[in-house]
Amino acid sequence: MRSSFLPSRGVSRATLGLTLAVSLVLGGCGQSPAAERVPFTPATDDAVLAQVPATATDAKARERAALRRALGARADQLDLALRLARLDIEEGRASGDPRSLGHAQAALAPWWDAATPPPGVRLLRATILQGRHEFPAALADLDALVRESPEDAQAWLTRAVVLGVRGEHAEATRSCAALAPLAGSLAGAVCQAQVLSLAGRSRDAYARLSAAMARGAHGRGEEAWALSTLAEAAARSGDTERAAKLYARVLAMDPGDAYTRAAYADLLLELDRPRDVIALVKDHGEDDNQLLRRVLAEVALGSPEAPALVAELASRYAASHLRGDALHAREEARFALHVEKDTAKALRLAQANWEVQHEPWDARILLEAALAHRTPDAAAPVLRFLEASGADDPGPLALAERVRKASR
Amino acid sequence: MKALALALLLLPLAALAHKPSDSYLHLDRAGTGFTGRWDVALRDLEEVLVLDADGDGAITWGEVRARQADVAGYALARLKLSSDGAPCPLTSAAALRVVRHSDGAYAVVDFTAACAAVPRALDVDYALLFDRDPQHRGIVRVGSDGAGEPLVLSATRHTARVSLEGLSPWRRFGQMVHSGVEHIWDGVDHLLFLLALLLPSVLRRDRETGRLVPVADFGAAVRDVVKVVSAFTLAHSLTLSAASLGWVSLPSRWVESAIAASVIVAALNNVFPWMDRTRWLAAFALGLLHGFGFASVLADLELPAGSLAVTLLGFNVGVELGQLACVAVFLPVAYLLRATPVYRRALLVGGSALIALVACAWFVERAFGVGVSFT
Repeated sequence: MRSSFLPSRGVSRATLGLTLAVSLVLGGCGQSPAAERVPFTPATDDAVLAQVPATATDAKARERAALRRALGARADQLDLALRLARLDIEEGRASGDPRSLGHAQAALAPWWDAATPPPGVRLLRATILQGRHEFPAALADLDALVRESPEDAQAWLTRAVVLGVRGEHAEATRSCAALAPLAGSLAGAVCQAQVLSLAGRSRDAYARLSAAMARGAHGRGEEAWALSTLAEAAARSGDTERAAKLYARVLAMDPGDAYTRAAYADLLLELDRPRDVIALVKDHGEDDNQLLRRVLAEVALGSPEAPALVAELASRYAASHLRGDALHAREEARFALHVEKDTAKALRLAQANWEVQHEPWDARILLEAALAHRTPDAAAPVLRFLEASGADDPGPLALAERVRKASR
Repeated sequence: MKALALALLLLPLAALAHKPSDSYLHLDRAGTGFTGRWDVALRDLEEVLVLDADGDGAITWGEVRARQADVAGYALARLKLSSDGAPCPLTSAAALRVVRHSDGAYAVVDFTAACAAVPRALDVDYALLFDRDPQHRGIVRVGSDGAGEPLVLSATRHTARVSLEGLSPWRRFGQMVHSGVEHIWDGVDHLLFLLALLLPSVLRRDRETGRLVPVADFGAAVRDVVKVVSAFTLAHSLTLSAASLGWVSLPSRWVESAIAASVIVAALNNVFPWMDRTRWLAAFALGLLHGFGFASVLADLELPAGSLAVTLLGFNVGVELGQLACVAVFLPVAYLLRATPVYRRALLVGGSALIALVACAWFVERAFGVGVSFT
């Protein structure tokens, strides 16, 4: 036996060495960042704990603070409240932090529960409700608004967007038609193209929108909006090369456009370019949607970072359930299906999500989950929906065909 | 203006994918009152207290520390606990600390609540941040087993009555013992590590031939087992306490990978022996790692500092009882089989090689994130 040649003193020296090594490593790692939720006292005063809007350099943040002070003295000053709520919503869009929507709601508190609030309040209330995916309540406000003030372009647009997400394409199209004379032909065309693309007719949407864009100059904000819509239509119609170029261009114009960033990441995942996905989203990990794309890419690569990121995203979903939210069922369904490989959970989430919204991704995740769970009949509502919309985008059609074959 | 107006309405549908504002309040029985731990997001405190004194957009520990009395005062003024109609006044109990949740850093406010008499039911009236963000939620847990659904308090439902049946400190101790036993039995990696170290306990190395021979009496085997198990216990109790008290913290992936590696080391030692009577030292050294593994279980309970001592003790006792139960089954069987070639070849060498193989798979899975399935 080999061991008989090992002198026993050498053996205990080896074990002592092991003890020392473990203790040294433990001691040395004492200050490493911990994922564990154990309270600690930071070692130095310079340790940065959180990032917040910088009041020293951010004029908007100072204006919000001033308005809040003024409203703190007297809450029912409508003009100030509307201004503050609008600034809060803008801040929310820039930072992606839903707290801002809560702050906006707080500014509107004196009118929030009113059955017929002033039109300005109603519009912002609808926007906040829409941001929380409370679509029926948002639509009730928007329907009332376009009845009361049919010249309100924002109300028509928001209504078109909400109806589009809900899958009510015909009514959304009517809203877009009312928008065009109020906000300009390009705004009308982008609105129509969005609805058309949501309905699964993206080649048509792309052709019409690019024709409208060729018809004249427009502002930068409008241009970015139009290009982002164009990119999404290109991606959905299968023209991936053009879509990738357009997405990159939109992000160069507005790096803060989280929606486009996530859509671009999805395209890159589709094209099997996980490394590019990681480069695109890795600095935006505080946003759950961007983190999901990162996780999907890391898992596809089998990278060493994957388990920690998977655990982090799972704990965020758990925290959101704890408070009773089901706001991101679509993203969570993708997580369940592709990361946790829990087809039953994915299907349950995808079905719950389909109750709320009917965008192409909502259809896709329900089709995929039903296939993976070997219950193709669970996707029957999606098949009916795609047929009724007259969709001809290749992605959903191919999936629908697989579901039909599987249920035979 | 037109473009701005349009832009305002475009994105909120999909973009607000951060976690909303929540605070985590954990209350536990202590004496005639309660100990409490309240985790409040620094981002929320910034809104109401302006912690970022220099306005540079970064909240530093220095800025928070300078305002810790304000933080505790602001929070505690917005929570009312009472029992049978009599208020239980709150007092800040420790210096402010910090904890990381999945969405960033939170201030940890530790406090005690003194009730006039031993309470039978607790009334909670929660009023933090609702005036600033009506979507804020208070996630409230009472008791320390971590089981069951927490209370979710909101602007429209900000009070709750909690029954305190079965929430005595003794009951908590019992729950923690149970949780310790459960954890060691679920933690196959801890058990395999122990088993690998104990397999040679019923054998000894003959001085002249250098071969493994059965130990002569049961007492010798027991003495060796006691040495190894005690060393393991002492080591993991040390690191479990250190980690739970926040003195040392390690990234969990590192810990989990190192635990897998420790199982490999312990198992390979039986195939290619290099430590013999000094296995207790290895049990101690590598046991330090396993303590960090146990600590994640306690961290998940998010306990108030005041109830940590009882919890730690209970959990440790549970882990030991679980271990002893396994040893009590293992040792007599191993002792009876010790003289057979089956034990020395198949169990000691073959079994250890198998354990090492399984642990290698764990290691690859944990360190490199590669999925390896045994089922």
